[in-house]
Amino acid sequence: MCGAKEGGLSLDGVNVAKEAVIQGQVTREGEPVGNAYVRLLDKAGEFTAEVPTSASGHFRFFAGEGQWTLRTLAPQASPVDKKVHAAVGSVAEVTIPIA
Amino acid sequence: MSREDALVTTQWVEDNLDTPGIVLVEVDEDTTAYDKGHIRGAIKLDWTTDLQDQVRRDFVNKQQFEELLSSKGISNDDTVVLYGGNNNWFAAYAYWYFTLYGHADVKLMDGGRKKWELDSRELVDEVPERERTSYTAQEQDTSIRAFRDDTVNAIGVSNLIDVRSPDEYAGRLLAPAHLPQEQSQRAGHVPTSLNVPWSKNCNDDGTFKSDDELKALYDEVGIDDSKDTIALCRIGERSSLTWFVLKELLGHQNVKNYDGSWTEYGSLVGVPIALGDEPGSADA
Repeated sequence: MCGAKEGGLSLDGVNVAKEAVIQGQVTREGEPVGNAYVRLLDKAGEFTAEVPTSASGHFRFFAGEGQWTLRTLAPQASPVDKKVHAAVGSVAEVTIPIA
Repeated sequence: MSREDALVTTQWVEDNLDTPGIVLVEVDEDTTAYDKGHIRGAIKLDWTTDLQDQVRRDFVNKQQFEELLSSKGISNDDTVVLYGGNNNWFAAYAYWYFTLYGHADVKLMDGGRKKWELDSRELVDEVPERERTSYTAQEQDTSIRAFRDDTVNAIGVSNLIDVRSPDEYAGRLLAPAHLPQEQSQRAGHVPTSLNVPWSKNCNDDGTFKSDDELKALYDEVGIDDSKDTIALCRIGERSSLTWFVLKELLGHQNVKNYDGSWTEYGSLVGVPIALGDEPGSADA
Protein backbone atom coordinates (compact mmCIF):
# COMPACT_ATOMS: atom_id res chain seq x y z
CA MET A 1 0.00 0.00 0.00
CA CYS A 2 1.26 3.45 -0.92
CA GLY A 3 4.55 1.84 -1.92
CA ALA A 4 5.48 0.99 1.65
CA LYS A 5 7.43 -2.22 2.00
CA GLU A 6 5.81 -4.93 4.01
CA GLY A 7 7.30 -5.10 7.49
CA GLY A 8 9.69 -2.24 6.71
CA LEU A 9 10.53 0.64 9.00
CA SER A 10 8.50 3.79 8.27
CA LEU A 11 10.38 6.29 6.10
CA ASP A 12 8.32 9.27 7.26
CA GLY A 13 10.58 12.30 7.57
CA VAL A 14 13.46 10.71 5.63
CA ASN A 15 14.51 12.35 2.37
CA VAL A 16 15.02 9.08 0.51
CA ALA A 17 16.03 10.84 -2.71
CA LYS A 18 19.17 12.22 -1.03
CA GLU A 19 20.12 9.30 1.19
CA ALA A 20 21.46 5.79 0.66
CA VAL A 21 19.36 4.06 3.30
CA ILE A 22 20.14 0.62 4.68
CA GLN A 23 17.53 -0.64 7.10
CA GLY A 24 15.95 -3.82 8.32
CA GLN A 25 15.13 -6.08 11.19
CA VAL A 26 16.98 -8.56 13.39
CA THR A 27 15.00 -11.71 14.15
CA ARG A 28 15.45 -14.91 16.16
CA GLU A 29 13.18 -17.77 15.09
CA GLY A 30 10.99 -15.23 13.31
CA GLU A 31 10.58 -13.00 16.39
CA PRO A 32 12.06 -9.48 16.52
CA VAL A 33 15.23 -9.05 18.62
CA GLY A 34 15.06 -5.73 20.47
CA ASN A 35 18.40 -5.93 22.28
CA ALA A 36 20.81 -6.48 19.40
CA TYR A 37 23.50 -4.17 18.05
CA VAL A 38 24.05 -3.74 14.33
CA ARG A 39 27.41 -2.39 13.10
CA LEU A 40 27.97 -0.99 9.62
CA LEU A 41 31.40 -1.85 8.21
CA ASP A 42 32.78 -0.29 5.04
CA LYS A 43 34.22 -2.19 2.08
CA ALA A 44 37.58 -2.45 3.88
CA GLY A 45 35.86 -3.94 6.93
CA GLU A 46 36.34 -0.72 8.91
CA PHE A 47 33.70 0.29 11.42
CA THR A 48 31.46 3.12 10.19
CA ALA A 49 28.48 3.16 12.53
CA GLU A 50 26.51 1.12 15.02
CA VAL A 51 22.95 1.25 16.30
CA PRO A 52 20.99 -0.70 18.89
CA THR A 53 17.84 -2.30 17.48
CA SER A 54 14.47 -0.84 18.45
CA ALA A 55 11.93 -2.80 20.49
CA SER A 56 10.64 -4.19 17.18
CA GLY A 57 14.14 -5.29 16.14
CA HIS A 58 14.55 -2.55 13.54
CA PHE A 59 17.64 -0.56 12.59
CA ARG A 60 18.56 2.08 9.98
CA PHE A 61 21.73 3.57 8.50
CA PHE A 62 22.36 6.46 6.15
CA ALA A 63 25.27 5.09 4.16
CA GLY A 64 26.97 6.05 0.91
CA GLU A 65 27.01 4.36 -2.48
CA GLY A 66 28.60 0.94 -2.49
CA GLN A 67 29.15 -2.32 -0.71
CA TRP A 68 28.77 -2.54 3.07
CA THR A 69 28.73 -5.27 5.70
CA LEU A 70 26.24 -5.43 8.57
CA ARG A 71 27.66 -7.16 11.67
CA THR A 72 25.05 -8.07 14.25
CA LEU A 73 25.82 -8.72 17.92
CA ALA A 74 23.25 -9.96 20.42
CA PRO A 75 23.31 -11.56 23.87
CA GLN A 76 23.98 -15.31 23.72
CA ALA A 77 24.54 -15.27 19.95
CA SER A 78 27.59 -15.41 17.70
CA PRO A 79 28.15 -12.31 15.53
CA VAL A 80 26.43 -12.54 12.12
CA ASP A 81 27.86 -10.76 9.04
CA LYS A 82 25.70 -9.86 6.05
CA LYS A 83 26.75 -7.97 2.91
CA VAL A 84 24.48 -5.27 1.49
CA HIS A 85 24.64 -2.82 -1.40
CA ALA A 86 23.49 0.76 -0.87
CA ALA A 87 22.63 3.43 -3.45
CA VAL A 88 21.48 7.03 -3.09
CA GLY A 89 17.76 7.30 -3.73
CA SER A 90 17.00 3.73 -2.72
CA VAL A 91 16.28 1.80 0.45
CA ALA A 92 18.09 -1.50 1.01
CA GLU A 93 15.86 -3.67 3.23
CA VAL A 94 17.66 -6.44 5.09
CA THR A 95 16.37 -9.12 7.43
CA ILE A 96 19.02 -10.60 9.70
CA PRO A 97 18.12 -13.92 11.34
CA ILE A 98 20.33 -14.80 14.32
CA ALA A 99 20.61 -18.20 15.95
CA MET B 1 46.69 8.04 35.23
CA SER B 2 46.46 4.44 34.15
CA ARG B 3 43.95 1.82 33.07
CA GLU B 4 43.45 0.75 36.71
CA ASP B 5 42.57 4.32 37.75
CA ALA B 6 40.40 5.27 34.80
CA LEU B 7 38.51 2.13 33.84
CA VAL B 8 36.29 -0.38 35.64
CA THR B 9 34.72 -3.56 34.31
CA THR B 10 31.02 -4.37 34.10
CA GLN B 11 31.64 -7.02 36.77
CA TRP B 12 33.21 -4.43 39.09
CA VAL B 13 30.15 -2.23 38.61
CA GLU B 14 27.78 -5.09 39.39
CA ASP B 15 29.82 -5.92 42.50
CA ASN B 16 29.68 -2.30 43.65
CA LEU B 17 26.05 -1.40 42.96
CA ASP B 18 25.44 -0.80 46.67
CA THR B 19 28.82 0.65 47.62
CA PRO B 20 28.41 4.11 49.16
CA GLY B 21 30.31 6.96 47.53
CA ILE B 22 30.01 5.55 44.01
CA VAL B 23 27.63 7.29 41.63
CA LEU B 24 26.75 5.61 38.34
CA VAL B 25 25.94 8.07 35.55
CA GLU B 26 24.52 7.11 32.15
CA VAL B 27 25.15 9.42 29.18
CA ASP B 28 23.87 8.39 25.75
CA GLU B 29 23.75 9.87 22.30
CA ASP B 30 20.18 8.58 22.20
CA THR B 31 18.98 10.52 25.22
CA THR B 32 15.92 8.27 25.60
CA ALA B 33 18.02 5.11 26.14
CA TYR B 34 18.11 5.58 29.93
CA ASP B 35 14.32 5.70 30.04
CA LYS B 36 14.14 2.27 28.40
CA GLY B 37 16.11 0.71 31.27
CA HIS B 38 19.40 1.46 33.00
CA ILE B 39 21.77 0.01 35.58
CA ARG B 40 20.20 0.03 39.04
CA GLY B 41 21.01 3.23 40.92
CA ALA B 42 22.31 5.06 37.84
CA ILE B 43 21.30 8.65 37.19
CA LYS B 44 21.03 10.21 33.73
CA LEU B 45 22.83 13.16 32.20
CA ASP B 46 21.41 14.49 28.95
CA TRP B 47 24.30 15.79 26.82
CA THR B 48 22.00 18.00 24.73
CA THR B 49 20.45 19.83 27.69
CA ASP B 50 22.57 19.23 30.81
CA LEU B 51 26.01 19.61 29.22
CA GLN B 52 25.41 22.27 26.54
CA ASP B 53 24.60 25.93 26.92
CA GLN B 54 21.10 26.32 25.51
CA VAL B 55 21.80 29.59 23.66
CA ARG B 56 25.47 29.79 22.68
CA ARG B 57 27.39 26.89 21.18
CA ASP B 58 29.48 26.12 24.23
CA PHE B 59 29.55 24.12 27.41
CA VAL B 60 27.65 25.03 30.52
CA ASN B 61 29.80 27.37 32.62
CA LYS B 62 31.32 26.58 36.02
CA GLN B 63 28.29 27.83 37.96
CA GLN B 64 25.88 25.88 35.75
CA PHE B 65 27.99 22.73 36.11
CA GLU B 66 28.01 23.17 39.90
CA GLU B 67 24.24 23.58 39.91
CA LEU B 68 23.81 20.53 37.65
CA LEU B 69 25.92 18.22 39.83
CA SER B 70 24.39 19.60 43.04
CA SER B 71 20.89 18.99 41.73
CA LYS B 72 21.83 15.46 40.66
CA GLY B 73 23.19 14.70 44.14
CA ILE B 74 26.85 14.30 43.18
CA SER B 75 29.48 15.34 45.76
CA ASN B 76 33.04 16.42 45.15
CA ASP B 77 34.37 13.30 46.90
CA ASP B 78 32.11 10.82 45.06
CA THR B 79 33.57 8.32 42.62
CA VAL B 80 31.69 8.99 39.38
CA VAL B 81 31.43 5.96 37.08
CA LEU B 82 30.23 6.88 33.59
CA TYR B 83 28.77 4.56 31.00
CA GLY B 84 26.64 4.90 27.90
CA GLY B 85 25.67 3.67 24.48
CA ASN B 86 27.65 3.88 21.23
CA ASN B 87 30.71 2.25 22.80
CA ASN B 88 30.87 4.99 25.45
CA TRP B 89 31.21 7.91 23.00
CA PHE B 90 29.16 10.27 25.12
CA ALA B 91 30.27 8.73 28.40
CA ALA B 92 33.86 9.46 27.34
CA TYR B 93 32.74 12.97 26.42
CA ALA B 94 31.26 13.34 29.93
CA TYR B 95 34.47 11.89 31.42
CA TRP B 96 36.47 14.54 29.61
CA TYR B 97 33.93 17.17 30.72
CA PHE B 98 34.12 16.10 34.39
CA THR B 99 37.93 16.24 34.09
CA LEU B 100 37.73 19.68 32.46
CA TYR B 101 35.92 20.93 35.57
CA GLY B 102 38.32 19.14 37.90
CA HIS B 103 36.28 16.27 39.34
CA ALA B 104 38.80 14.22 41.34
CA ASP B 105 37.64 10.65 40.86
CA VAL B 106 35.95 9.75 37.59
CA LYS B 107 35.97 6.42 35.77
CA LEU B 108 34.52 4.81 32.65
CA MET B 109 32.79 1.43 32.67
CA ASP B 110 34.66 -0.55 30.01
CA GLY B 111 32.37 -1.47 27.12
CA GLY B 112 29.55 0.77 28.31
CA ARG B 113 25.91 -0.05 28.00
CA LYS B 114 26.44 -2.45 25.10
CA LYS B 115 28.82 -4.69 27.07
CA TRP B 116 26.41 -4.64 30.01
CA GLU B 117 23.55 -5.71 27.71
CA LEU B 118 25.61 -8.32 25.85
CA ASP B 119 26.55 -9.74 29.28
CA SER B 120 22.76 -10.09 29.89
CA ARG B 121 23.05 -8.05 33.09
CA GLU B 122 20.01 -6.47 34.73
CA LEU B 123 18.50 -3.15 33.62
CA VAL B 124 15.80 -1.48 35.71
CA ASP B 125 13.22 1.29 35.24
CA GLU B 126 13.32 2.85 38.72
CA VAL B 127 14.87 6.31 38.78
CA PRO B 128 16.89 6.79 41.99
CA GLU B 129 16.39 9.82 44.21
CA ARG B 130 19.55 11.42 45.44
CA GLU B 131 19.73 14.16 48.02
CA ARG B 132 20.90 17.53 46.77
CA THR B 133 24.56 18.35 47.38
CA SER B 134 26.64 21.49 47.26
CA TYR B 135 29.14 20.81 44.47
CA THR B 136 32.15 23.03 43.81
CA ALA B 137 33.78 22.86 40.37
CA GLN B 138 37.26 24.05 39.39
CA GLU B 139 37.93 26.53 36.61
CA GLN B 140 38.06 24.83 33.18
CA ASP B 141 41.37 23.05 32.62
CA THR B 142 42.02 24.30 29.10
CA SER B 143 45.18 22.20 28.88
CA ILE B 144 42.84 19.43 27.67
CA ARG B 145 40.55 21.56 25.46
CA ALA B 146 41.54 22.74 21.97
CA PHE B 147 39.84 25.63 20.18
CA ARG B 148 39.69 26.34 16.45
CA ASP B 149 42.80 28.54 16.38
CA ASP B 150 44.78 25.85 18.23
CA THR B 151 43.72 23.45 15.51
CA VAL B 152 44.60 25.73 12.60
CA ASN B 153 47.98 26.46 14.22
CA ALA B 154 48.61 22.74 14.70
CA ILE B 155 48.58 22.02 10.94
CA GLY B 156 51.96 20.58 10.04
CA VAL B 157 53.21 21.26 13.59
CA SER B 158 51.47 19.01 16.13
CA ASN B 159 49.86 15.59 15.98
CA LEU B 160 46.32 16.00 14.67
CA ILE B 161 44.28 12.83 15.07
CA ASP B 162 40.99 12.73 13.20
CA VAL B 163 39.02 9.86 14.72
CA ARG B 164 36.05 9.83 12.32
CA SER B 165 35.37 6.92 10.01
CA PRO B 166 37.51 6.72 6.84
CA ASP B 167 34.59 7.88 4.66
CA GLU B 168 33.99 10.97 6.80
CA TYR B 169 37.73 11.75 6.84
CA ALA B 170 37.98 11.46 3.07
CA GLY B 171 34.90 13.62 2.57
CA ARG B 172 32.66 10.88 1.19
CA LEU B 173 30.31 11.13 4.20
CA LEU B 174 29.52 14.17 6.35
CA ALA B 175 28.28 12.41 9.47
CA PRO B 176 28.34 8.97 11.07
CA ALA B 177 26.22 6.65 8.97
CA HIS B 178 23.45 6.30 11.53
CA LEU B 179 22.62 9.98 11.02
CA PRO B 180 21.20 11.81 7.98
CA GLN B 181 23.96 13.19 5.75
CA GLU B 182 22.60 16.58 4.76
CA GLN B 183 24.78 19.22 6.46
CA SER B 184 25.81 22.79 5.78
CA GLN B 185 29.56 22.48 6.15
CA ARG B 186 32.27 21.35 3.72
CA ALA B 187 33.48 17.76 3.72
CA GLY B 188 37.06 16.58 4.26
CA HIS B 189 39.69 16.88 6.98
CA VAL B 190 42.28 19.22 8.46
CA PRO B 191 45.43 18.95 6.32
CA THR B 192 48.16 16.82 7.94
CA SER B 193 45.69 15.18 10.34
CA LEU B 194 46.05 11.41 10.59
CA ASN B 195 42.94 9.26 10.37
CA VAL B 196 42.78 6.83 13.28
CA PRO B 197 39.09 5.91 13.55
CA TRP B 198 37.99 5.75 17.19
CA SER B 199 36.74 2.21 16.55
CA LYS B 200 40.33 0.97 16.24
CA ASN B 201 40.62 1.57 20.00
CA CYS B 202 37.84 -0.88 20.78
CA ASN B 203 36.85 -4.50 20.48
CA ASP B 204 33.48 -5.36 18.91
CA ASP B 205 31.88 -5.57 22.38
CA GLY B 206 32.90 -1.97 23.06
CA THR B 207 35.71 -2.70 25.54
CA PHE B 208 39.06 -1.05 25.00
CA LYS B 209 41.87 -3.02 23.44
CA SER B 210 44.89 -3.84 25.61
CA ASP B 211 47.52 -1.18 26.33
CA ASP B 212 49.99 -3.06 24.12
CA GLU B 213 47.55 -3.15 21.19
CA LEU B 214 46.72 0.53 21.63
CA LYS B 215 50.37 1.52 21.84
CA ALA B 216 51.10 -0.47 18.66
CA LEU B 217 48.18 1.26 16.91
CA TYR B 218 49.50 4.77 17.58
CA ASP B 219 53.13 3.80 16.97
CA GLU B 220 52.12 2.39 13.60
CA VAL B 221 50.44 5.61 12.41
CA GLY B 222 53.49 7.59 13.50
CA ILE B 223 52.34 9.74 16.39
CA ASP B 224 55.32 11.78 17.53
CA ASP B 225 55.45 11.60 21.34
CA SER B 226 57.55 14.73 21.56
CA LYS B 227 54.75 16.83 20.05
CA ASP B 228 51.41 17.99 21.41
CA THR B 229 48.32 16.19 20.17
CA ILE B 230 44.83 17.37 19.27
CA ALA B 231 42.04 14.85 18.72
CA LEU B 232 38.98 15.80 16.69
CA CYS B 233 35.90 14.25 15.13
CA ARG B 234 32.55 15.78 14.09
CA ILE B 235 31.19 17.22 17.37
CA GLY B 236 33.88 16.22 19.86
CA GLU B 237 32.41 13.11 21.46
CA ARG B 238 34.21 10.34 19.55
CA SER B 239 37.46 12.29 19.92
CA SER B 240 36.84 12.34 23.70
CA LEU B 241 37.15 8.57 23.54
CA THR B 242 40.49 8.83 21.72
CA TRP B 243 41.59 11.58 24.13
CA PHE B 244 40.76 9.11 26.93
CA VAL B 245 42.89 6.41 25.30
CA LEU B 246 45.90 8.66 24.65
CA LYS B 247 45.82 10.59 27.93
CA GLU B 248 44.30 8.27 30.50
CA LEU B 249 45.23 4.80 29.26
CA LEU B 250 48.54 5.41 27.46
CA GLY B 251 49.66 8.36 29.59
CA HIS B 252 50.55 10.77 26.75
CA GLN B 253 51.08 14.34 27.90
CA ASN B 254 49.56 17.44 26.27
CA VAL B 255 46.61 15.81 24.57
CA LYS B 256 43.67 18.08 23.84
CA ASN B 257 40.19 17.38 22.59
CA TYR B 258 38.82 19.81 19.97
CA ASP B 259 35.13 19.85 20.86
CA GLY B 260 34.25 22.23 18.01
CA SER B 261 35.57 19.52 15.68
CA TRP B 262 34.41 19.19 12.08
CA THR B 263 31.06 20.94 12.49
CA GLU B 264 33.05 24.05 13.43
CA TYR B 265 36.18 23.60 11.31
CA GLY B 266 34.25 22.57 8.19
CA SER B 267 32.17 25.74 8.47
CA LEU B 268 35.08 28.19 8.88
CA VAL B 269 35.73 30.57 6.01
CA GLY B 270 39.16 30.38 4.43
CA VAL B 271 40.77 27.51 6.34
CA PRO B 272 42.59 24.76 4.43
CA ILE B 273 40.81 21.45 3.86
CA ALA B 274 42.18 18.20 2.47
CA LEU B 275 40.03 15.72 0.56
CA GLY B 276 40.62 12.02 0.01
CA ASP B 277 42.30 9.31 2.04
CA GLU B 278 45.73 10.98 2.38
CA PRO B 279 46.56 13.50 5.16
CA GLY B 280 47.54 16.19 2.64
CA SER B 281 50.21 18.83 3.10
CA ALA B 282 50.50 21.90 5.31
CA ASP B 283 50.82 24.08 2.19
CA ALA B 284 47.39 23.13 0.85
